[in-house]
Amino acid sequence: MRIVVDSEKCEGHNRCYSIAPELFDVDDYGYATEANGGVVPEGMEDKARLAIDNCPEYAITIVEE
Amino acid sequence: MSDEVGVPSTPPVDDWASDYDIFDADYINDPYPIWADLRGECPVATTERWGGSFLPTRYEDVVEMARMVPSLSSADPIVVRPPDDQIDASGAYHTVNAPPISADPPVHTWSRRLILPAFSPKATAKHEPYTRELCNKLIDDFIETGQVDGAQDYAQQIPPRVIAHLLGVDEGKADEFTEWVRGVLEIGLSNPAVRQASREKIFGFFQQEVADRRVNPKDDLISELMAAEVDGEPISDNHIVGTCNLLLVAGIDTTWSSIGSALWHLAGHPDDRKRLVGDPSLIPNAVEELLRAYSPVTMARVVSEETEFKGCPMHVGDKVLMNFPGANRDPEMFDNPDVVDIERQQNRHVAFGVGIHRCAGSNLARMEMHVALEEFLARIPEFALAEGGEVTWAGGQVRGPRQLPIVF
Ligand code: HEM
Ligand code: SF4
Repeated sequence: MRIVVDSEKCEGHNRCYSIAPELFDVDDYGYATEANGGVVPEGMEDKARLAIDNCPEYAITIVEE
Repeated sequence: MSDEVGVPSTPPVDDWASDYDIFDADYINDPYPIWADLRGECPVATTERWGGSFLPTRYEDVVEMARMVPSLSSADPIVVRPPDDQIDASGAYHTVNAPPISADPPVHTWSRRLILPAFSPKATAKHEPYTRELCNKLIDDFIETGQVDGAQDYAQQIPPRVIAHLLGVDEGKADEFTEWVRGVLEIGLSNPAVRQASREKIFGFFQQEVADRRVNPKDDLISELMAAEVDGEPISDNHIVGTCNLLLVAGIDTTWSSIGSALWHLAGHPDDRKRLVGDPSLIPNAVEELLRAYSPVTMARVVSEETEFKGCPMHVGDKVLMNFPGANRDPEMFDNPDVVDIERQQNRHVAFGVGIHRCAGSNLARMEMHVALEEFLARIPEFALAEGGEVTWAGGQVRGPRQLPIVF
């Protein structure tokens, strides 16, 4: 699975990061980017989906199932 | 209607769709059924009361309005305007000088960027040990007595100290800070004279803090703001004082209300309480759910250009209440929205707003709630509302319990 954060949409709620710190990096201003090139390690797919389902800005999407 | 929290006495409401009143006792005590009715009937309600405003009740509408920048401007986020004859001679305190919350782009963009680093997850984590120690000290003071006012003696005591700690000002003034902030956001919300007087105190205080740091710079957020530059220019003292004002006002009543509502919920829902005591790793998820269900904050917008919303005309000067709490109870968005499910998985709540004004302090607020609940539950695993004790709520634009008698 691969995910991507749309930096145009991200407003830095950090919901993703608090749910799955392994999957996201946060810069000094609180804006998120996908960690590890967006590749979700095996077994962490559910956490990735949870992060997606809690982002109020709909900024995170799955680019590859 | 309690004078203590400054709730004004208002004529009863017959028709919520065309004549709602955010200071009505029913609205303050239990706004949820009112919003539920409106959602079905007239999803954007209107009123002439308190200078007039619109009140959206659907998630979709609130989010769309939050993105209508700058036609729905943040220039005046408090809904009740002072009457002209009550504005102080200088006019300095009748409008809100609190960037970025009171600004639109471009000022909003740089003034927000200026404070964001102080509130990133990493920066916020640094205040956790202080917060944990503070919570424990507060608990030490009442644990032997078997009772506590969860609002006044616990929830209220935490945010003013954390924010003082972060700004670098005297934590011993916490009670004064709380009084000033309530003067702006509670008593002063419907009483512009009190609001102006409280603002003068806050501004006077921070003007002095800035002046002191001109002579003796410190290692704190105020000094950082003073040293910062935007496009090669230093930031005006007026701007710095305005931002400090915002951090004090935005950080105290809001977080106090959230911690209080969370304790109120857990005192009345032993199953949820026991689950969190048994498995504290559920607390972060529970915090988000409690924020959704009992969102405290409703900020306002002012229409800055003739516009319409879904066919409904909005004129320059009209106010719009950003009903984040109502959005979070919309059944179109949340399954069983009136049920608190501390293990809810899908939860795009907007308790901290949405779009460019997303609460800059949200990481700090979450940390405070998390630590406050974790420490309380660890040391007082069994507690309930005191029988016959009266729970009172503050309402208007920030809702939360102000008296919360708990026994354990
Ligand atoms: C649970 C507690 C809190 C809640 C529910 C809350 C809620 C909100 C909401 C809804 C907004 C958006 C207002 C709008 O759209 O006009 C906001 C903005 C803001 N909040 Fe909070 N807040 C909380 C705690 C804090 C804390 C602890 C701080 C830090 C001192 C803080 C600082 C701010 C700032 C600076 C803004 C303005 C952001 C901007 O306009 O760009 N808040 N808050
Ligand atoms: S939850 Fe969404 S908006 Fe928030 S930091 Fe993550 S991607 Fe950005």
